[in-house]
Amino acid sequence: MTAVLFDVPGPRGIARNRLAGVLGAAVVLGALGYVAYRFYDTGQFEGRLWSWLQYEQIQRDLVTALISTLRAFLAGAVLALAFGAVFAAGRLSEHAWLRVPSMVVVEFFRAVPLLILIFLFYYGLPSAGVRMTPFLALVLGLMLYNGSVLAEVFRAGILSLPRGQSEAAYALGMRKTQVMTLVLLPQALRAMLPAIISQLVVLLKDTALGFLITYYELLRYAQNIGGSFQFGRPLIPVFIVVSAIYITLCLLLTWLATYLEARNRRSSKVQGGGGTELAPEQPPLVITPAGGGASTTL
Amino acid sequence: MGEFWGVLARNSDLFVTGFGNTIKLFVIAAIGSLALGTVLAMMRVSPVPMLRLAGTAYVTVLRNTPLTLVLFFFAFAYPLLQILRISFFTAAAIGLTVYTAAFVCEVVRSGINTVNVGQAEASRALGMTFAQTLGTVVLPQAIRSVVPPLTSVQIALLKNTTIAAGFSVAEAGAIRDNLSERGEDVLVGLILVAIGFLILVFPLTLLQRSLERRWRVAR
Repeated sequence: MTAVLFDVPGPRGIARNRLAGVLGAAVVLGALGYVAYRFYDTGQFEGRLWSWLQYEQIQRDLVTALISTLRAFLAGAVLALAFGAVFAAGRLSEHAWLRVPSMVVVEFFRAVPLLILIFLFYYGLPSAGVRMTPFLALVLGLMLYNGSVLAEVFRAGILSLPRGQSEAAYALGMRKTQVMTLVLLPQALRAMLPAIISQLVVLLKDTALGFLITYYELLRYAQNIGGSFQFGRPLIPVFIVVSAIYITLCLLLTWLATYLEARNRRSSKVQGGGGTELAPEQPPLVITPAGGGASTTL
Repeated sequence: MGEFWGVLARNSDLFVTGFGNTIKLFVIAAIGSLALGTVLAMMRVSPVPMLRLAGTAYVTVLRNTPLTLVLFFFAFAYPLLQILRISFFTAAAIGLTVYTAAFVCEVVRSGINTVNVGQAEASRALGMTFAQTLGTVVLPQAIRSVVPPLTSVQIALLKNTTIAAGFSVAEAGAIRDNLSERGEDVLVGLILVAIGFLILVFPLTLLQRSLERRWRVAR
Protein backbone atom coordinates (compact mmCIF):
# COMPACT_ATOMS: atom_id res chain seq x y z
CA MET A 1 0.00 0.00 0.00
CA THR A 2 1.41 3.36 -0.98
CA ALA A 3 -0.25 5.92 1.23
CA VAL A 4 1.46 9.18 0.36
CA LEU A 5 -0.77 11.63 2.18
CA PHE A 6 0.89 10.87 5.48
CA ASP A 7 4.22 9.57 6.73
CA VAL A 8 4.64 6.06 7.99
CA PRO A 9 3.52 6.58 11.58
CA GLY A 10 6.12 6.34 14.32
CA PRO A 11 5.41 5.05 17.82
CA ARG A 12 3.49 8.18 18.84
CA GLY A 13 1.70 8.33 15.54
CA ILE A 14 0.64 4.71 15.87
CA ALA A 15 -0.66 5.41 19.35
CA ARG A 16 -2.55 8.47 18.10
CA ASN A 17 -4.00 6.56 15.14
CA ARG A 18 -5.07 3.78 17.48
CA LEU A 19 -6.82 6.27 19.70
CA ALA A 20 -8.57 7.82 16.69
CA GLY A 21 -9.44 4.33 15.49
CA VAL A 22 -10.93 3.38 18.82
CA LEU A 23 -12.88 6.64 19.00
CA GLY A 24 -14.10 6.23 15.42
CA ALA A 25 -15.08 2.64 16.06
CA ALA A 26 -16.88 3.70 19.22
CA VAL A 27 -18.89 6.32 17.33
CA VAL A 28 -19.75 3.99 14.44
CA LEU A 29 -20.55 1.01 16.64
CA GLY A 30 -22.45 3.27 19.01
CA ALA A 31 -24.66 4.54 16.21
CA LEU A 32 -25.19 1.05 14.78
CA GLY A 33 -25.75 -0.34 18.25
CA TYR A 34 -28.32 2.32 18.99
CA VAL A 35 -30.22 1.51 15.80
CA ALA A 36 -30.03 -2.20 16.60
CA TYR A 37 -31.24 -1.46 20.12
CA ARG A 38 -34.17 0.50 18.69
CA PHE A 39 -34.92 -2.49 16.44
CA TYR A 40 -34.85 -4.73 19.48
CA ASP A 41 -36.73 -2.34 21.73
CA THR A 42 -39.59 -1.85 19.28
CA GLY A 43 -39.82 -5.62 18.92
CA GLN A 44 -38.58 -5.86 15.33
CA PHE A 45 -36.42 -8.88 16.09
CA GLU A 46 -39.25 -10.96 17.56
CA GLY A 47 -39.53 -14.39 16.03
CA ARG A 48 -43.16 -13.72 15.11
CA LEU A 49 -42.10 -11.01 12.67
CA TRP A 50 -39.82 -13.41 10.84
CA SER A 51 -42.37 -16.20 10.59
CA TRP A 52 -43.43 -15.06 7.10
CA LEU A 53 -40.17 -16.45 5.76
CA GLN A 54 -41.36 -19.98 6.53
CA TYR A 55 -44.42 -19.95 4.29
CA GLU A 56 -43.89 -21.58 0.97
CA GLN A 57 -46.34 -19.31 -0.83
CA ILE A 58 -44.52 -16.25 0.40
CA GLN A 59 -41.16 -17.62 -0.58
CA ARG A 60 -42.60 -18.27 -4.01
CA ASP A 61 -43.89 -14.70 -4.11
CA LEU A 62 -40.43 -13.46 -3.24
CA VAL A 63 -39.01 -15.39 -6.17
CA THR A 64 -41.75 -14.02 -8.42
CA ALA A 65 -40.95 -10.48 -7.29
CA LEU A 66 -37.23 -11.06 -7.83
CA ILE A 67 -37.93 -12.42 -11.30
CA SER A 68 -40.06 -9.42 -12.24
CA THR A 69 -37.25 -7.11 -11.10
CA LEU A 70 -34.76 -9.08 -13.19
CA ARG A 71 -37.19 -9.20 -16.12
CA ALA A 72 -37.51 -5.42 -16.13
CA PHE A 73 -33.73 -5.16 -15.79
CA LEU A 74 -32.99 -7.51 -18.69
CA ALA A 75 -35.58 -6.00 -21.02
CA GLY A 76 -34.43 -2.50 -20.08
CA ALA A 77 -30.75 -3.39 -20.49
CA VAL A 78 -31.12 -4.97 -23.93
CA LEU A 79 -33.30 -2.15 -25.22
CA ALA A 80 -31.10 0.55 -23.69
CA LEU A 81 -27.97 -0.94 -25.26
CA ALA A 82 -29.68 -1.06 -28.65
CA PHE A 83 -31.03 2.49 -28.24
CA GLY A 84 -27.61 3.69 -27.15
CA ALA A 85 -25.87 2.08 -30.10
CA VAL A 86 -28.32 3.56 -32.62
CA PHE A 87 -28.18 7.06 -31.19
CA ALA A 88 -24.40 7.01 -30.68
CA ALA A 89 -24.11 6.12 -34.35
CA GLY A 90 -26.52 8.95 -35.11
CA ARG A 91 -24.51 11.47 -33.11
CA LEU A 92 -21.28 10.38 -34.78
CA SER A 93 -22.80 10.58 -38.24
CA GLU A 94 -21.46 12.97 -40.83
CA HIS A 95 -24.94 14.01 -41.91
CA ALA A 96 -26.37 16.90 -39.95
CA TRP A 97 -29.94 15.65 -40.50
CA LEU A 98 -29.02 12.55 -38.48
CA ARG A 99 -26.66 14.18 -36.01
CA VAL A 100 -28.87 17.03 -34.83
CA PRO A 101 -32.05 15.03 -34.10
CA SER A 102 -30.01 12.35 -32.32
CA MET A 103 -28.37 15.02 -30.21
CA VAL A 104 -31.72 16.58 -29.29
CA VAL A 105 -33.21 13.20 -28.35
CA VAL A 106 -30.21 12.18 -26.25
CA GLU A 107 -29.97 15.51 -24.47
CA PHE A 108 -33.70 15.61 -23.81
CA PHE A 109 -33.94 12.18 -22.25
CA ARG A 110 -30.85 12.75 -20.15
CA ALA A 111 -32.20 15.97 -18.70
CA VAL A 112 -35.70 14.79 -17.80
CA PRO A 113 -35.91 12.85 -14.52
CA LEU A 114 -36.50 9.17 -15.14
CA LEU A 115 -39.49 9.09 -12.81
CA ILE A 116 -41.21 11.86 -14.76
CA LEU A 117 -40.65 9.87 -17.96
CA ILE A 118 -42.14 6.76 -16.38
CA PHE A 119 -45.10 8.77 -15.08
CA LEU A 120 -45.51 10.27 -18.52
CA PHE A 121 -45.86 6.80 -20.03
CA TYR A 122 -47.93 5.26 -17.28
CA TYR A 123 -50.32 8.07 -16.36
CA GLY A 124 -50.01 10.43 -19.31
CA LEU A 125 -50.31 8.21 -22.36
CA PRO A 126 -53.57 6.48 -21.35
CA SER A 127 -55.29 9.87 -21.39
CA ALA A 128 -54.14 10.14 -25.00
CA GLY A 129 -55.70 6.76 -25.71
CA VAL A 130 -52.62 4.51 -25.50
CA ARG A 131 -52.92 1.52 -23.20
CA MET A 132 -50.02 0.99 -20.83
CA THR A 133 -48.98 -1.69 -18.39
CA PRO A 134 -46.64 -0.84 -15.49
CA PHE A 135 -44.03 -3.16 -16.97
CA LEU A 136 -44.13 -1.49 -20.36
CA ALA A 137 -43.96 2.01 -18.88
CA LEU A 138 -41.03 1.07 -16.66
CA VAL A 139 -39.07 -0.61 -19.44
CA LEU A 140 -39.70 2.24 -21.87
CA GLY A 141 -38.47 4.75 -19.31
CA LEU A 142 -35.40 2.69 -18.49
CA MET A 143 -34.64 2.28 -22.17
CA LEU A 144 -34.90 5.96 -23.03
CA TYR A 145 -32.98 7.32 -20.05
CA ASN A 146 -30.24 4.73 -19.75
CA GLY A 147 -30.06 4.37 -23.53
CA SER A 148 -29.31 8.08 -23.80
CA VAL A 149 -26.57 7.86 -21.18
CA LEU A 150 -25.16 4.79 -22.90
CA ALA A 151 -25.21 6.62 -26.24
CA GLU A 152 -22.90 9.20 -24.66
CA VAL A 153 -20.69 6.44 -23.27
CA PHE A 154 -20.41 4.81 -26.68
CA ARG A 155 -19.69 8.12 -28.36
CA ALA A 156 -17.03 9.04 -25.80
CA GLY A 157 -15.48 5.60 -26.24
CA ILE A 158 -15.22 5.97 -30.01
CA LEU A 159 -13.93 9.56 -29.75
CA SER A 160 -11.30 8.56 -27.20
CA LEU A 161 -9.47 6.41 -29.74
CA PRO A 162 -6.41 7.98 -31.39
CA ARG A 163 -7.29 9.73 -34.64
CA GLY A 164 -4.65 7.70 -36.48
CA GLN A 165 -6.74 4.56 -36.17
CA SER A 166 -9.56 5.75 -38.39
CA GLU A 167 -7.20 7.69 -40.66
CA ALA A 168 -5.15 4.56 -41.28
CA ALA A 169 -8.29 2.55 -41.92
CA TYR A 170 -9.56 5.12 -44.42
CA ALA A 171 -6.13 5.18 -46.05
CA LEU A 172 -6.42 1.44 -46.58
CA GLY A 173 -9.59 2.13 -48.54
CA MET A 174 -12.15 0.93 -45.99
CA ARG A 175 -15.71 2.19 -46.06
CA LYS A 176 -17.27 4.10 -43.17
CA THR A 177 -19.10 1.03 -41.86
CA GLN A 178 -15.96 -1.06 -42.13
CA VAL A 179 -13.91 1.50 -40.24
CA MET A 180 -16.50 1.54 -37.50
CA THR A 181 -17.15 -2.19 -37.16
CA LEU A 182 -13.70 -3.57 -37.92
CA VAL A 183 -11.39 -0.96 -36.44
CA LEU A 184 -13.02 1.43 -34.01
CA LEU A 185 -15.70 -0.62 -32.23
CA PRO A 186 -13.53 -3.59 -31.22
CA GLN A 187 -11.01 -1.28 -29.60
CA ALA A 188 -13.51 1.07 -28.04
CA LEU A 189 -15.73 -1.68 -26.62
CA ARG A 190 -12.95 -3.00 -24.46
CA ALA A 191 -12.29 0.37 -22.88
CA MET A 192 -16.01 1.09 -22.53
CA LEU A 193 -17.02 -2.17 -20.89
CA PRO A 194 -16.58 -1.05 -17.26
CA ALA A 195 -18.54 2.16 -17.93
CA ILE A 196 -21.28 0.19 -19.66
CA ILE A 197 -21.59 -2.21 -16.77
CA SER A 198 -21.70 0.53 -14.16
CA GLN A 199 -24.54 2.09 -16.17
CA LEU A 200 -26.25 -1.30 -16.04
CA VAL A 201 -25.93 -1.18 -12.24
CA VAL A 202 -27.77 2.15 -12.40
CA LEU A 203 -30.42 0.54 -14.57
CA LEU A 204 -30.81 -2.31 -12.09
CA LYS A 205 -31.22 0.17 -9.26
CA ASP A 206 -33.72 2.17 -11.28
CA THR A 207 -36.02 -0.82 -11.68
CA ALA A 208 -37.03 -0.05 -8.08
CA LEU A 209 -38.88 2.96 -9.49
CA GLY A 210 -41.47 0.45 -10.71
CA PHE A 211 -42.64 0.48 -7.09
CA LEU A 212 -44.07 3.94 -7.63
CA ILE A 213 -46.23 2.87 -10.58
CA THR A 214 -47.50 -0.32 -8.89
CA TYR A 215 -45.25 -2.68 -10.82
CA TYR A 216 -45.02 -5.82 -8.70
CA GLU A 217 -41.28 -6.02 -8.01
CA LEU A 218 -39.16 -6.50 -4.91
CA LEU A 219 -39.99 -3.23 -3.21
CA ARG A 220 -43.73 -3.56 -3.84
CA TYR A 221 -43.47 -7.09 -2.45
CA ALA A 222 -41.75 -5.67 0.63
CA GLN A 223 -44.59 -3.23 1.14
CA ASN A 224 -47.26 -5.91 0.65
CA ILE A 225 -45.79 -8.45 3.04
CA GLY A 226 -44.55 -5.77 5.38
CA GLY A 227 -48.05 -4.41 5.80
CA SER A 228 -49.86 -7.69 6.35
CA PHE A 229 -51.34 -7.99 9.83
CA GLN A 230 -51.33 -11.76 9.57
CA PHE A 231 -47.57 -11.73 10.25
CA GLY A 232 -47.62 -8.75 12.60
CA ARG A 233 -46.64 -6.16 9.97
CA PRO A 234 -43.01 -7.27 9.55
CA LEU A 235 -41.96 -4.23 7.50
CA ILE A 236 -38.43 -4.01 8.84
CA PRO A 237 -37.55 -7.71 8.53
CA VAL A 238 -38.85 -7.73 4.95
CA PHE A 239 -36.99 -4.51 4.27
CA ILE A 240 -33.74 -6.09 5.50
CA VAL A 241 -34.22 -9.14 3.25
CA VAL A 242 -35.10 -7.08 0.18
CA SER A 243 -32.25 -4.62 0.58
CA ALA A 244 -29.83 -7.53 1.02
CA ILE A 245 -31.06 -8.90 -2.32
CA TYR A 246 -30.67 -5.55 -4.08
CA ILE A 247 -27.21 -4.93 -2.66
CA THR A 248 -26.04 -8.41 -3.57
CA LEU A 249 -27.28 -8.11 -7.15
CA CYS A 250 -25.66 -4.69 -7.62
CA LEU A 251 -22.42 -5.77 -5.95
CA LEU A 252 -22.16 -8.74 -8.30
CA LEU A 253 -22.45 -6.42 -11.29
CA THR A 254 -20.04 -3.89 -9.74
CA TRP A 255 -17.49 -6.60 -9.11
CA LEU A 256 -17.80 -7.72 -12.71
CA ALA A 257 -17.05 -4.15 -13.76
CA THR A 258 -14.05 -3.88 -11.42
CA TYR A 259 -12.76 -7.23 -12.60
CA LEU A 260 -13.02 -6.25 -16.26
CA GLU A 261 -11.36 -2.94 -15.51
CA ALA A 262 -8.48 -4.64 -13.73
CA ARG A 263 -8.09 -7.10 -16.58
CA ASN A 264 -8.14 -4.25 -19.05
CA ARG A 265 -5.42 -2.39 -17.24
CA ARG A 266 -3.25 -5.45 -16.91
CA SER A 267 -3.36 -6.28 -20.58
CA SER A 268 -3.17 -2.83 -22.15
CA LYS A 269 0.17 -1.15 -22.29
CA VAL A 270 -1.14 2.32 -23.05
CA GLN A 271 -2.99 2.89 -19.82
CA GLY A 272 -0.28 1.46 -17.62
CA GLY A 273 0.81 4.74 -15.95
CA GLY A 274 -0.94 4.84 -12.64
CA GLY A 275 2.11 5.67 -10.56
CA THR A 276 0.89 9.11 -9.61
CA GLU A 277 -2.07 8.12 -7.50
CA LEU A 278 -2.34 9.43 -4.00
CA ALA A 279 -4.76 7.08 -2.33
CA PRO A 280 -4.41 3.33 -2.66
CA GLU A 281 -6.58 1.03 -4.78
CA GLN A 282 -8.09 3.74 -6.94
CA PRO A 283 -8.65 2.49 -10.46
CA PRO A 284 -8.31 5.23 -13.09
CA LEU A 285 -11.58 5.92 -14.82
CA VAL A 286 -11.43 4.60 -18.33
CA ILE A 287 -14.38 6.17 -20.09
CA THR A 288 -17.06 8.52 -18.94
CA PRO A 289 -19.69 10.11 -21.12
CA ALA A 290 -18.37 13.27 -22.69
CA GLY A 291 -19.61 16.44 -21.06
CA GLY A 292 -22.00 14.47 -18.93
CA GLY A 293 -25.04 16.45 -17.89
CA ALA A 294 -26.18 13.36 -16.09
CA SER A 295 -23.88 11.48 -13.81
CA THR A 296 -23.13 7.97 -14.93
CA THR A 297 -23.31 6.38 -11.57
CA LEU A 298 -26.21 8.00 -9.79
CA MET B 1 -51.92 24.92 -27.98
CA GLY B 2 -54.15 27.22 -25.97
CA GLU B 3 -55.37 24.25 -23.98
CA PHE B 4 -51.73 23.29 -23.36
CA TRP B 5 -50.84 26.52 -21.59
CA GLY B 6 -54.31 26.63 -20.06
CA VAL B 7 -53.34 23.74 -17.82
CA LEU B 8 -50.38 25.76 -16.62
CA ALA B 9 -52.39 28.95 -16.17
CA ARG B 10 -55.22 27.30 -14.22
CA ASN B 11 -52.85 25.35 -11.95
CA SER B 12 -49.97 27.74 -11.62
CA ASP B 13 -50.25 27.47 -7.81
CA LEU B 14 -49.48 23.74 -8.05
CA PHE B 15 -46.47 24.29 -10.26
CA VAL B 16 -45.09 27.09 -8.12
CA THR B 17 -45.33 25.17 -4.82
CA GLY B 18 -44.24 21.94 -6.51
CA PHE B 19 -41.08 23.31 -8.06
CA GLY B 20 -40.51 25.48 -5.00
CA ASN B 21 -40.38 22.38 -2.82
CA THR B 22 -38.19 20.61 -5.36
CA ILE B 23 -35.67 23.43 -5.23
CA LYS B 24 -35.82 23.57 -1.43
CA LEU B 25 -35.23 19.83 -1.20
CA PHE B 26 -32.42 20.09 -3.75
CA VAL B 27 -30.61 22.90 -1.95
CA ILE B 28 -30.81 21.20 1.46
CA ALA B 29 -29.69 17.83 0.13
CA ALA B 30 -26.96 19.41 -2.02
CA ILE B 31 -25.35 21.23 0.91
CA GLY B 32 -25.78 18.24 3.20
CA SER B 33 -24.34 15.75 0.72
CA LEU B 34 -21.36 17.97 -0.12
CA ALA B 35 -20.46 18.26 3.57
CA LEU B 36 -21.04 14.61 4.42
CA GLY B 37 -19.37 13.40 1.21
CA THR B 38 -16.22 15.46 1.82
CA VAL B 39 -15.95 14.14 5.36
CA LEU B 40 -16.36 10.59 4.05
CA ALA B 41 -13.67 11.17 1.42
CA MET B 42 -11.29 12.47 4.08
CA MET B 43 -12.04 9.38 6.14
CA ARG B 44 -11.27 7.17 3.17
CA VAL B 45 -7.78 8.61 2.67
CA SER B 46 -6.96 9.04 6.37
CA PRO B 47 -4.13 7.21 8.16
CA VAL B 48 -6.58 5.54 10.54
CA PRO B 49 -7.53 2.08 9.21
CA MET B 50 -10.79 1.99 11.15
CA LEU B 51 -12.03 5.23 9.58
CA ARG B 52 -10.99 4.07 6.11
CA LEU B 53 -12.95 0.87 6.65
CA ALA B 54 -16.05 2.73 7.85
CA GLY B 55 -15.93 5.09 4.86
CA THR B 56 -15.48 2.25 2.38
CA ALA B 57 -18.33 0.26 3.91
CA TYR B 58 -20.65 3.27 3.78
CA VAL B 59 -19.89 4.01 0.14
CA THR B 60 -20.13 0.38 -0.94
CA VAL B 61 -23.52 -0.15 0.67
CA LEU B 62 -25.11 3.15 -0.37
CA ARG B 63 -23.84 3.08 -3.94
CA ASN B 64 -25.38 -0.33 -4.47
CA THR B 65 -28.76 0.49 -2.98
CA PRO B 66 -31.57 1.98 -5.07
CA LEU B 67 -32.51 5.48 -3.93
CA THR B 68 -36.13 4.33 -3.83
CA LEU B 69 -35.13 1.80 -1.21
CA VAL B 70 -33.34 4.44 0.88
CA LEU B 71 -36.37 6.72 0.77
CA PHE B 72 -38.65 3.75 1.46
CA PHE B 73 -36.64 3.10 4.61
CA PHE B 74 -36.84 6.67 5.85
CA ALA B 75 -40.53 7.04 4.97
CA PHE B 76 -41.94 3.70 6.17
CA ALA B 77 -39.43 1.71 8.21
CA TYR B 78 -37.75 4.47 10.21
CA PRO B 79 -40.98 5.63 11.95
CA LEU B 80 -41.41 2.08 13.32
CA LEU B 81 -38.19 2.52 15.29
CA GLN B 82 -39.79 5.38 17.23
CA ILE B 83 -36.55 7.36 17.56
CA LEU B 84 -37.55 10.87 16.57
CA ARG B 85 -40.61 11.88 14.64
CA ILE B 86 -39.74 13.51 11.32
CA SER B 87 -41.92 14.82 8.54
CA PHE B 88 -41.92 13.22 5.09
CA PHE B 89 -40.05 16.26 3.78
CA THR B 90 -37.27 15.88 6.36
CA ALA B 91 -37.18 12.14 5.71
CA ALA B 92 -36.75 12.75 1.99
CA ALA B 93 -34.05 15.38 2.61
CA ILE B 94 -32.13 12.98 4.87
CA GLY B 95 -32.53 10.10 2.42
CA LEU B 96 -31.29 12.17 -0.54
CA THR B 97 -28.38 13.53 1.51
CA VAL B 98 -27.28 10.12 2.73
CA TYR B 99 -27.54 8.61 -0.75
CA THR B 100 -25.85 11.43 -2.67
CA ALA B 101 -23.03 11.74 -0.12
CA ALA B 102 -21.69 8.34 -1.22
CA PHE B 103 -21.30 9.64 -4.78
CA VAL B 104 -19.83 12.96 -3.66
CA CYS B 105 -17.30 10.99 -1.61
CA GLU B 106 -16.17 9.03 -4.64
CA VAL B 107 -15.80 12.16 -6.76
CA VAL B 108 -13.79 14.00 -4.11
CA ARG B 109 -11.61 10.96 -3.53
CA SER B 110 -10.80 10.58 -7.20
CA GLY B 111 -10.16 14.33 -7.29
CA ILE B 112 -7.62 13.92 -4.51
CA ASN B 113 -6.00 11.25 -6.65
CA THR B 114 -5.51 13.61 -9.57
CA VAL B 115 -3.26 15.93 -7.54
CA ASN B 116 0.36 15.27 -8.34
CA VAL B 117 2.03 12.99 -5.86
CA GLY B 118 4.93 15.43 -5.52
CA GLN B 119 2.64 17.95 -3.85
CA ALA B 120 1.84 15.64 -0.97
CA GLU B 121 5.44 14.47 -0.76
CA ALA B 122 6.70 18.03 -0.60
CA SER B 123 4.29 18.95 2.17
CA ARG B 124 5.28 15.89 4.12
CA ALA B 125 8.92 16.80 3.63
CA LEU B 126 8.08 20.19 5.16
CA GLY B 127 6.78 18.33 8.19
CA MET B 128 3.10 18.93 7.67
CA THR B 129 0.60 16.64 9.34
CA PHE B 130 -2.08 14.68 7.48
CA ALA B 131 -4.70 17.33 8.21
CA GLN B 132 -2.42 20.14 7.02
CA THR B 133 -1.36 18.24 3.89
CA LEU B 134 -4.93 17.49 2.95
CA GLY B 135 -6.49 20.78 4.00
CA THR B 136 -3.96 23.32 2.81
CA VAL B 137 -2.21 21.60 -0.10
CA VAL B 138 -4.11 18.74 -1.68
CA LEU B 139 -7.81 19.62 -1.37
CA PRO B 140 -7.47 23.21 -2.71
CA GLN B 141 -5.77 21.82 -5.81
CA ALA B 142 -8.24 18.96 -6.12
CA ILE B 143 -11.14 21.41 -6.44
CA ARG B 144 -10.25 22.14 -10.05
CA SER B 145 -10.77 18.58 -11.16
CA VAL B 146 -13.59 17.93 -8.70
CA VAL B 147 -16.06 20.71 -9.46
CA PRO B 148 -17.21 19.59 -12.94
CA PRO B 149 -18.05 16.00 -11.90
CA LEU B 150 -19.57 17.31 -8.66
CA THR B 151 -21.90 19.42 -10.76
CA SER B 152 -22.98 16.23 -12.54
CA VAL B 153 -23.69 14.59 -9.21
CA GLN B 154 -25.78 17.57 -8.14
CA ILE B 155 -27.70 17.54 -11.43
CA ALA B 156 -28.51 13.91 -10.80
CA LEU B 157 -29.60 14.86 -7.29
CA LEU B 158 -31.92 17.51 -8.70
CA LYS B 159 -33.54 14.91 -10.92
CA ASN B 160 -33.64 12.36 -8.12
CA THR B 161 -35.68 14.69 -5.91
CA THR B 162 -38.71 13.64 -8.00
CA ILE B 163 -38.55 10.20 -6.38
CA ALA B 164 -39.51 11.85 -3.09
CA ALA B 165 -42.90 12.54 -4.67
CA GLY B 166 -43.60 8.83 -4.35
CA PHE B 167 -43.25 9.20 -0.59
CA SER B 168 -45.79 11.92 0.13
CA VAL B 169 -43.59 14.96 -0.43
CA ALA B 170 -45.46 17.67 -2.31
CA GLU B 171 -42.86 18.52 -4.93
CA ALA B 172 -42.68 18.63 -8.73
CA GLY B 173 -43.16 14.88 -9.15
CA ALA B 174 -46.38 15.08 -7.13
CA ILE B 175 -48.00 17.66 -9.41
CA ARG B 176 -49.54 14.78 -11.35
CA ASP B 177 -51.58 13.54 -8.35
CA ASN B 178 -53.12 16.93 -7.80
CA LEU B 179 -53.79 17.46 -11.50
CA SER B 180 -55.72 14.23 -11.80
CA GLU B 181 -57.72 15.18 -8.71
CA ARG B 182 -58.65 18.44 -10.41
CA GLY B 183 -59.61 16.55 -13.55
CA GLU B 184 -56.96 18.18 -15.71
CA ASP B 185 -55.13 16.53 -18.60
CA VAL B 186 -52.34 14.57 -16.90
CA LEU B 187 -50.33 14.11 -20.08
CA VAL B 188 -50.10 17.86 -20.62
CA GLY B 189 -49.28 18.37 -16.95
CA LEU B 190 -46.45 15.86 -17.05
CA ILE B 191 -45.03 17.37 -20.23
CA LEU B 192 -45.05 20.73 -18.47
CA VAL B 193 -43.20 19.19 -15.50
CA ALA B 194 -40.66 17.73 -17.92
CA ILE B 195 -40.20 21.16 -19.50
CA GLY B 196 -39.77 22.64 -16.04
CA PHE B 197 -36.94 20.22 -15.36
CA LEU B 198 -35.33 21.02 -18.70
CA ILE B 199 -35.34 24.67 -17.66
CA LEU B 200 -33.76 23.81 -14.30
CA VAL B 201 -31.23 21.27 -15.58
CA PHE B 202 -29.92 22.91 -18.76
CA PRO B 203 -28.24 25.93 -17.11
CA LEU B 204 -26.50 23.53 -14.73
CA THR B 205 -25.43 21.32 -17.64
CA LEU B 206 -24.05 24.31 -19.52
CA LEU B 207 -22.22 25.47 -16.39
CA GLN B 208 -20.78 21.99 -15.94
CA ARG B 209 -19.56 21.81 -19.53
CA SER B 210 -17.94 25.21 -19.46
CA LEU B 211 -16.24 24.36 -16.16
CA GLU B 212 -15.04 21.11 -17.65
CA ARG B 213 -13.57 22.92 -20.63
CA ARG B 214 -12.04 25.78 -18.70
CA TRP B 215 -10.73 23.80 -15.79
CA ARG B 216 -9.42 20.89 -17.79
CA VAL B 217 -6.45 19.89 -15.71
CA ALA B 218 -3.23 20.10 -17.66
CA ARG B 219 -0.85 18.11 -15.56
